[in-house]
Amino acid sequence: MATRWFGARVQRIEDPRLLRGKGTYVDDIDLPEMLHAGVLRSTHARARILNIDTSAARVLPGVHLVLTASDLGEVLEPSPLLVPHHALTQPRTQLPLALNEVHYVGEAVAMVVADSRYIAEDALDLIDVEYDPLPVVHSLEVASAKDAPLVHADVPDNIAAHLVQVVGDPDTVFASAPHVERETLLMDRGAAMPMECRGVLARWDEYEGMLTCWISTQGPIPIRNGLAAIFHLPEHKVRVIAPDVGGGFGTKIMMFYPEEILTPFAAIRLGRPVKWIEDRREHFISANQERSQFHEVEYAFDDQGILLAVRDKFLHDTGAYTPYGIIVPIITACTLPGPYRLKDYYSEFTVLYTNKVPVSPYRGAGRPHAVFVMERIMDRIAKELNMDRAEVRSRNFISPDEFPWDVGLVYQDGGPTKYDSGNYQAGLDKLKALLDYDNFPAMQAEARKQGCYLGIGIGCYVEGTGIGPYEGAQVRVESDGRVFAATGVTTQGQAHFTTFAQIVADQLGVNPRDVLVTTGDTQAFNWGVGTYASRAATIAGSAMHLAAVKVREKAKRVAADLFEASPDDIELANGKVFVKDAPHRALTLGQVAISANPLRYAYGENARKLMSMNLAGPRPGPALPPERGGPGLEATEFYSPPHGSFASGVHGAIIQVDPKTGMVTFVKYAAVHDCGRVINPIVVEGQVHGGVAQGIGGAFFERLVYDEEGQLINASFMDYLLPTAAEIPPIIVDHVETPSPLNPLGVKGAGEAGVIPVPALFASAIDDALTPFGVRVREMPLHPCRLYELLKESKG
Amino acid sequence: MQEQEEETPVFTEECDIAVIVNGHRYEQRVPVRLLLSDFLRHDLGHTGTHVGCEHGVCGCCTVLLNGEAVRSCLMFAVQADGMVVTTIEGMAGTNSDLHPIQQAFQEKHGLQCGFCTPGIIMSVHAMLHENPNPSDEEIRHELSGNICRCTGYQNIVEAVRLAAERLRQQQMEVQ
Repeated sequence: MATRWFGARVQRIEDPRLLRGKGTYVDDIDLPEMLHAGVLRSTHARARILNIDTSAARVLPGVHLVLTASDLGEVLEPSPLLVPHHALTQPRTQLPLALNEVHYVGEAVAMVVADSRYIAEDALDLIDVEYDPLPVVHSLEVASAKDAPLVHADVPDNIAAHLVQVVGDPDTVFASAPHVERETLLMDRGAAMPMECRGVLARWDEYEGMLTCWISTQGPIPIRNGLAAIFHLPEHKVRVIAPDVGGGFGTKIMMFYPEEILTPFAAIRLGRPVKWIEDRREHFISANQERSQFHEVEYAFDDQGILLAVRDKFLHDTGAYTPYGIIVPIITACTLPGPYRLKDYYSEFTVLYTNKVPVSPYRGAGRPHAVFVMERIMDRIAKELNMDRAEVRSRNFISPDEFPWDVGLVYQDGGPTKYDSGNYQAGLDKLKALLDYDNFPAMQAEARKQGCYLGIGIGCYVEGTGIGPYEGAQVRVESDGRVFAATGVTTQGQAHFTTFAQIVADQLGVNPRDVLVTTGDTQAFNWGVGTYASRAATIAGSAMHLAAVKVREKAKRVAADLFEASPDDIELANGKVFVKDAPHRALTLGQVAISANPLRYAYGENARKLMSMNLAGPRPGPALPPERGGPGLEATEFYSPPHGSFASGVHGAIIQVDPKTGMVTFVKYAAVHDCGRVINPIVVEGQVHGGVAQGIGGAFFERLVYDEEGQLINASFMDYLLPTAAEIPPIIVDHVETPSPLNPLGVKGAGEAGVIPVPALFASAIDDALTPFGVRVREMPLHPCRLYELLKESKG
Repeated sequence: MQEQEEETPVFTEECDIAVIVNGHRYEQRVPVRLLLSDFLRHDLGHTGTHVGCEHGVCGCCTVLLNGEAVRSCLMFAVQADGMVVTTIEGMAGTNSDLHPIQQAFQEKHGLQCGFCTPGIIMSVHAMLHENPNPSDEEIRHELSGNICRCTGYQNIVEAVRLAAERLRQQQMEVQ
């Protein structure tokens, strides 16, 4: 059957609701009798807690509960280690409330529950914590220094993990290589900063014995399972709902943030609903962050610009805890080879604790760092050999006939880093055309004559997406012909209500608007993991497809029985199920659904029509024969990929630098993106746009600045600059489509892509613009002041 | 300790206010320190006005106060006494059709997670009232008081351009 909705520019089904202000984010839900929580956070990056005096807070009128660590009983357990790894020898995870020591500014120390958030915050002010400050590790440099202070007293040298991976025989290649160069490269901290902060609303229903939590999260099912274990409840008596979520970008794929335990704990204790909503100041100091790494890289290449080997050693800052294991540095190590034919590669990383907010994946998750390193190498080879930068990349690309390409490393999911398909040169060719690359040198020379410094930069990447373990979907046709489709993943703006509906609509011959998608509700779908790693469309989308195919086949069998025809002669289109070449022999999909369910008491218009048609007479045997596989038109299917699918892209930009101020403006930005078959181009383009904007933020505006005491000194939107419409240029997006052979839809992930190559191409463009000054960028993010300093240093 | 308690400011004072929100008149007694955003969201149930930073930068909480775009997180409810407030819920009202600005955002995919969207639409409403025919540069400049973390702004700019065009057309038809 020819697909119709898949690939079409379908307008988003979720939009009218959101545009009218009728979305339901956690803080939009107000329950009767609801109380409000506030959290007291550590003001020290590292200190012993000598005493906590809550007496004044407890007696403030309107206060119902004050919690410190000593009030939590058996709930005072460190959070689970989400992704253990043999190299992570010293994992540490956080307690819901700090017990004797705090390890970063922002760590939760106490919670107050009161009649209103206003009163809760009054009470927080009345809690007196006596701290004994200890020496602070505020940077990778301090963490790795000899005799450095310790973040955790029982973790020697602050080393959480150390991993060496070797592909081929890099030592031999280095020994005989015509050229060997070295570089040190730094990436500093940034943060996802979704517009909706975190939030938890918990309700304990003692009549049902049921705990319901609405959480702004990307992973409600693991949280449901965890809460059931913590509170000794059966899993089916805990329901976790991720309602509308105002952006996640990785920072909400975490368990547990302390409030996710403390809020239900308080609700159960008080027998009243409790809501905790994070404010932006709290988000800056308690929601996970990422990006900080320091790389020392050596690389060998020949006279033709062919990269022969890479030896990369890097330090990774994990903050005060390792809730997410060492996923981020593993992704960095596996992403570094990129689209290039690198066969001899030594990768070594050391994960260090610092007294800062814990690190877990933020959109890109270790990839922008890796691409920054590799693309700096490509630029440097071009410079050393006086070659064109795009040409060097072309010479090193893996060619389309070399897939599947095994990088030789174990990926974050434990599977191989094995590229399933790609056509990198096609992407670069498209990009060069979009940027008019070949004519740029003339344009640049002309501009320089006018005192205007233009630069062009390109960045190529391969992105591991669509990893396992699995996701599932349930598809069911209801009596009115509309289709219920549920999956365990969540939605934070990715348009799943539309794209999943498109996938299902194609199989069932209905309009996507008649497919009602539910995501992120453990009661609607019991199984799954969550939305992260650019995997929802690939994994949950494939499961949706498989379930819808099964429902279609059943609809055909049921209709064939009714019409006394062969299932092969039954077709589904326009909401109807009919006999091929005899369209008058037709039922609506809803009528078939009713007849698939041998009810005595069918009700409604479809049921009446069905009865009046008197289609099939009484049949011998059971009303629901075993071969029907249960009542109704319903199926549940799961999809588990053999390994991740690898998307790719090439971005490029022309920028203008003002050497007097260090300010950079974008003249042009183009992105060519390959995520396999595209379900909805509008959505993919939107994802790329948004990713690029975050990438630009992470390259030139956004840097979290910690002082030597471990205080985040730019913890507001006044000081941590998210790019606005005035800073982000128009972005041209084009696609290359190399379908993935791994899944039934041929799709790959698209969510994180946009952000990945931006620091790399930005550095490349700045170097190019400032060639006359000899500037070479070795750090990200930059900002105008830092660029001005680099200009001064290079002049000096 | 005694002294400290006396120093703690008391915020229990309340005040009667009368506000017209989306055409309805509300007379209510509110704590003087209640933010306008909280009043709209939790006292009146207009939860379409979102709160993204509580320090007046992100623009999610933008509403119209006597027709002018303001940050409802930077105002107290009592400051809106006697004024007319329009929130996102007042844009299309109960009409089955969306307001032309909302419609343009739908058609141009000008939103993803939808959290910043109501604030942006209110800002755009005020912007197009002031300047019915803005250039792209003016649109980007005017939008710079609203942060969107999802869309990269491109489709928002296109949506504003389309909305401006349609509103101008509507205006001409009226005239």
